[in-house]
Amino acid sequence: MLDISFAYSRYKFLGNEFLTWLWFIIEQDRERLKQIEKDLVFLHIGNRIVLENKINDAVETITILGDDAGLEEGILSLGKGAVVTEINLLYKSGDNEWRFTIKGESMNISNLKIPETAIVESSEDIEGMVLEKAYLYEKVTKLIDTLFNEFIKLRVSGKWSEHIVPEIKKWIYSEEK
Amino acid sequence: MGLFSKTVSMARYKVDGKFEGQILETVAGGLKKNMVPEIDGKPVEKAVGWTSFENPFEPGFKGSSFSIGTYLVFSMRIDRKVIPAKVIKKHIAVEVAKLLAVSGRNFFSKDEKKAIKERVINALTIRIPATPNVYDILWDYEDAKIWFFSSLKAANEEFETLFARSFNLTPIRLFPYTMAELTAGLTHAQRDALSNISSTKFAK
Repeated sequence: MLDISFAYSRYKFLGNEFLTWLWFIIEQDRERLKQIEKDLVFLHIGNRIVLENKINDAVETITILGDDAGLEEGILSLGKGAVVTEINLLYKSGDNEWRFTIKGESMNISNLKIPETAIVESSEDIEGMVLEKAYLYEKVTKLIDTLFNEFIKLRVSGKWSEHIVPEIKKWIYSEEK
Repeated sequence: MGLFSKTVSMARYKVDGKFEGQILETVAGGLKKNMVPEIDGKPVEKAVGWTSFENPFEPGFKGSSFSIGTYLVFSMRIDRKVIPAKVIKKHIAVEVAKLLAVSGRNFFSKDEKKAIKERVINALTIRIPATPNVYDILWDYEDAKIWFFSSLKAANEEFETLFARSFNLTPIRLFPYTMAELTAGLTHAQRDALSNISSTKFAK
């Protein structure tokens, strides 16, 4: 395995490509999402998406905010060479709903809101609450891992440049029109 | 923001290495040995150590109270005393004026001023209470994975150092490359391909 800090910089682009691919899958291939997560009710783009475009040495950042924000500007940015660096997602599985943000570079999860759990009233409730919370955190991290595993296997295969990238380009330019 | 908060941030780790001896005993030993020390009333600016999840301000690990199912639950506490620069400046000015009056001198040398500054900071550090920051940790020892409930870079770095020192195990931060290498189940051929890839251009 490579040195960790070198690998972090060298492969920064992977996480951003993952989020860009994920946006494409959410918009264009919901069937695949259902295959990945059997109990999936939906996986939607939430209230925040950040894109970055490197032009020579300058970095242009585009942030789209708001629950009902149109994502057209994001698509336009993709067409100009940007990639997604941060995305807020809404995830529903069974009767439960999660909302969270993933950062491509670090894969850190922030603003994670899990389904409501009971309130801890005494120290005896703590054990049950930890297990319940752990299950709910596990559920969302498992989803991210499964999606990432699917992505990375495609990314290191010939399919990526032969099929996936042309499909993503087709999506970007058809949405632009 | 912690494990029980309504909204959380987290960084994830994979633990590299194997326990020597009994898991619970080894962890209990590491936690107790590296428990956060009390620095209030002492001339110490910062302390980092483990504390209990349930009572973060009364560190202690009775029996295996930190073990729940296959999870180990505890917290890291960073206590820091921050003295505003203007407060330091004021106290130095007061001290210098007092010492000049007592000594009958008109000025102090550079080294003397430095010594006064150190003395003032030391005295203020003893008087000021530390501000604690608590970060929760959920460690699934069967799957060798950790959720650290903060994505702050400085807190994550303190955690990595303290964890390695306490348990003789290395927490490897999960980011795209380490996820691909450690958790995605890639074959040798896929790993070779990973070492050669470069960024994709999605624009025409």
